[in-house]
Amino acid sequence: MNIRQIELEVMRYDPEKDEAPWFQQYSVPCQEDWAILDALNYVKDELDTTLAYRWSCHMMVCGSCGMMINGEPSLTCKTFVRDLPDKVRVEPLENFPIERDLVVVLDDVMQKLHQVQPYIVRKDAPPQEDKEFTQSRGALMKFKQLTMCINCMCCYAACPQYGLDKNFIGPAALALAHRYNLDSRDQGKSDRLDILADHDGVWECSFVGACSEVCPKHVDPAAAIQQMKIDGAMEFWKQKLGMPGDKS
Amino acid sequence: MEHIKADVVIVGAGGAGLRAAIAIAETHPELEVALISKVYPMRSHTCAAEGGAAGVKRADDSLEMHFNDTVSGGDWLCDQDVVEYFVEQAPRELVQLEHWGCPWSRDDDGSVAVRPFGGMKKERTWYAADKSGFHILHTLFQTSLQFPSIKRYDEFFALDLLHEDGRARGVVALEMRSGRFFHFSANSVIMATGGAGKIFPFTTNGAIKTGDGMAMAYRAGVPLKDMEFVQYHPTGLPGTGILLTEGCRGEGGVLVNKDGYRYLQDYDMGPETPLGAPVFKSMELGPRDRLSQAFWHEQKKGNTVETAWGDCVLMDMRHLGEQKILERLPLVHELALSYVGVDMVKDPVPVRPVVHYMMGGIASNIDGGTPMPGLYAIGETACGSLNGANRLGSNSLTELLVFGKRAAAAAAVFAVQQDGPDNDSAMTLQAEAVVARIRGLLQQNEGVESIAGIRREMASSLEAGAGIYRDEEGTEATCKKLAELQQRSSGIEVNDKSNVFNTDLQGLLELQNMLDVAECVAEASNARKESRGAHQRMDYTERDDETYLKHSLAYRQVGDRPRIDWLDVTITRSQPGVRDYSGDKK
Amino acid sequence: MSRRPYIRPMSQTTWYMRNGRYKVYMLREMTSFLVGFYTFLTIYALATLASNSPQVWNSFLSSQQSTGMIALHGFALLYFLFYQTFPWFKLAPKAMPVQVGEKTLPGIYIVIGHYIVWAVLSAFIFWLAGVI
Repeated sequence: MNIRQIELEVMRYDPEKDEAPWFQQYSVPCQEDWAILDALNYVKDELDTTLAYRWSCHMMVCGSCGMMINGEPSLTCKTFVRDLPDKVRVEPLENFPIERDLVVVLDDVMQKLHQVQPYIVRKDAPPQEDKEFTQSRGALMKFKQLTMCINCMCCYAACPQYGLDKNFIGPAALALAHRYNLDSRDQGKSDRLDILADHDGVWECSFVGACSEVCPKHVDPAAAIQQMKIDGAMEFWKQKLGMPGDKS
Repeated sequence: MEHIKADVVIVGAGGAGLRAAIAIAETHPELEVALISKVYPMRSHTCAAEGGAAGVKRADDSLEMHFNDTVSGGDWLCDQDVVEYFVEQAPRELVQLEHWGCPWSRDDDGSVAVRPFGGMKKERTWYAADKSGFHILHTLFQTSLQFPSIKRYDEFFALDLLHEDGRARGVVALEMRSGRFFHFSANSVIMATGGAGKIFPFTTNGAIKTGDGMAMAYRAGVPLKDMEFVQYHPTGLPGTGILLTEGCRGEGGVLVNKDGYRYLQDYDMGPETPLGAPVFKSMELGPRDRLSQAFWHEQKKGNTVETAWGDCVLMDMRHLGEQKILERLPLVHELALSYVGVDMVKDPVPVRPVVHYMMGGIASNIDGGTPMPGLYAIGETACGSLNGANRLGSNSLTELLVFGKRAAAAAAVFAVQQDGPDNDSAMTLQAEAVVARIRGLLQQNEGVESIAGIRREMASSLEAGAGIYRDEEGTEATCKKLAELQQRSSGIEVNDKSNVFNTDLQGLLELQNMLDVAECVAEASNARKESRGAHQRMDYTERDDETYLKHSLAYRQVGDRPRIDWLDVTITRSQPGVRDYSGDKK
Repeated sequence: MSRRPYIRPMSQTTWYMRNGRYKVYMLREMTSFLVGFYTFLTIYALATLASNSPQVWNSFLSSQQSTGMIALHGFALLYFLFYQTFPWFKLAPKAMPVQVGEKTLPGIYIVIGHYIVWAVLSAFIFWLAGVI
């Protein structure tokens, strides 16, 4: 297999030694079918065991290895050497504090995922324990794409609104809330409305659309948020006009 | 060192750990659960499971059939009381997941759809396209967020089990972000740390699957059971080892050699079935052990296809058509396209067997209980003997749920019934000893060995001696090699001396865990002088029920190779018989 | 004891220079200046009407027919079309997907629907203005 020499420029930061992040160069002989993650693993195994980064599945599903590759939020296991120039810059995800090297602090987004109540809320009793809900394929289709989010947080790294205002709930968490709102089994939409329609919720989004462009799983959080805005506006007018609101 | 007191400590927040945590939170909200995980829960390797979860669903299926498939699939090494409980609880647990919002794929009438799977006599695999494990994991994680009694400790790397008078008392863990050590004490400890595929060079497993829980239990004197049984999944992508789900074959994909011949018919899984009309329990729907062994023979015969990544066979799915492939198998379609550049709609995909699952693990019973009171084990890290000598695809996702829940109940009851530790200071001393050991590793200078170097030697030695086919000479050589590597691993220097997110140190600790687990695999492979399920010996080619209808137990001996002991298999109603994969044609 | 997460600064004023995607977004947002201008122009037009002086009104009208103003109106029209109308209409199917059974209605129908509504409204305004 052909080998191509890639100059990796990796952001390093050791909070116990460094005042601020800096870049370290590694020259990596890459096989032609490698992803950037393979190049990082080569650095870790052969060149510098002190480099810190997160990874696990190497198959685009665990969401650990989101990083900035040449300025673009990406999964390193899904970004291939063949599609990149000879010089590749790898940085930790934008808009997050850097814990160490390529590892960012995720506390804020973990709390936001929690905040939107991402679970089935029932007002009526569910079917008996051995009976499932009936859900047509059409009803599943409504929210299926939104279930594909792997929480890699690339969308937060791409979102300037989140960068400017950390109170914004942000793309992945809002999309997750919408996923449950659209699920025919859920009755928690009105519970979530207070959080989502608040000023840190959907209205903080100015539809830059970057989140959807970088999403490695094509979840399209930007679309979800616009749908929620339309939903929210309809709900507002229904209430103003004294019409019955959404039953759930 | 910080001291955290909980009622139940769960190590591992994948499918099994989360299911157990939810079960305790639901039934015993007054008990505090400390859920420790070395990664954020949604990174756990449950997310990589693709095909689905087995549970009887259709009217023409029965618990009896699921039982028989599982027991014969496991070559009669399953504990049958465990299998009976499993098949009975499976549908209920899968429905529970549906109530929690799992986006299962649906039939026309809106009920959950099921697909055929290898070694199963009926369609009974519930699936969410080809991301079933991913959806199960995220559903469980999201559901767990509503329970305040579950306290999560994400990115805490568990180091060792604390125990006193033979009873589990807690664990010591390292907070990765700060480098601080934590002493968790609890009356019940549940290990749910997943498998150890990373001991092999070529595996579907993620980087995190280093057998940590198995090694912790083993070091604490708990035996590892049936470690010789390592499952090779027959269809991994060459190069990366990425899994192409059995669902590919369940939906009708076929395996051919370099001549385009469906070679499985030559290995007792024929007759050939018509293209696009798979027959249960035959040809491509045979069990994983048989299919992987068939590859080995084809390779020996020179019938495999040479690729840039080594010898392969081809999985042909073109006849399924684009629509079906994109609807039911979108992830594997994308994976094959990205990693080997093959569009399965248009071309056959090269595949080869790849280490996928450990049937063995911490010796546990139907309650998840281990020989050490207070210690429970569930999921891949456990060997509750549901899977015997060969796991059937889609049984393990359900296993996480069924036994996650059951072990949680047992652990909760145990935690309530027991008093707190009599001697807290003894536990503190034990915890401090663990910390001293780790600090010692950091202080070592001028190492002559490297983590990656020892890991590579371990993996290639294990593949050579304890791969798909084994013999005395090979396993013995591997046992010796691993003992040597244990010695040499003490010569590794951790270059990174810092506190914050020290993955160099973590890498060494994981390597130590893997070496312990690898030794058990090799030693048990050496000791079992018969061929059964996934354990195939070239020098003992037949199954020997007289001597080896028994579980192997690997015990740690300080400074020596593991000691192997034997334990009877529980048989309730199915006596060992012939595994028939001719689709009832015989 | 040793954590010290590093926060990369983000300029409140020049952040959008970071990449092309943000620049396009800012160009889109800059349509707000034109919206402001037309708001002002409308108020001014109303004020001239309210003055009840045909002379004032006529001089306003003729000021709008100067080459400079026509160029500005033409520029504003094109700017709106390219940075608001076309991209927004293109995105409309995402913001308001229409699902029929298991399938979502192809986005092109929703886009075409938007253009039809736009054409009808424009025609109505032209009719009001006496152009057609």
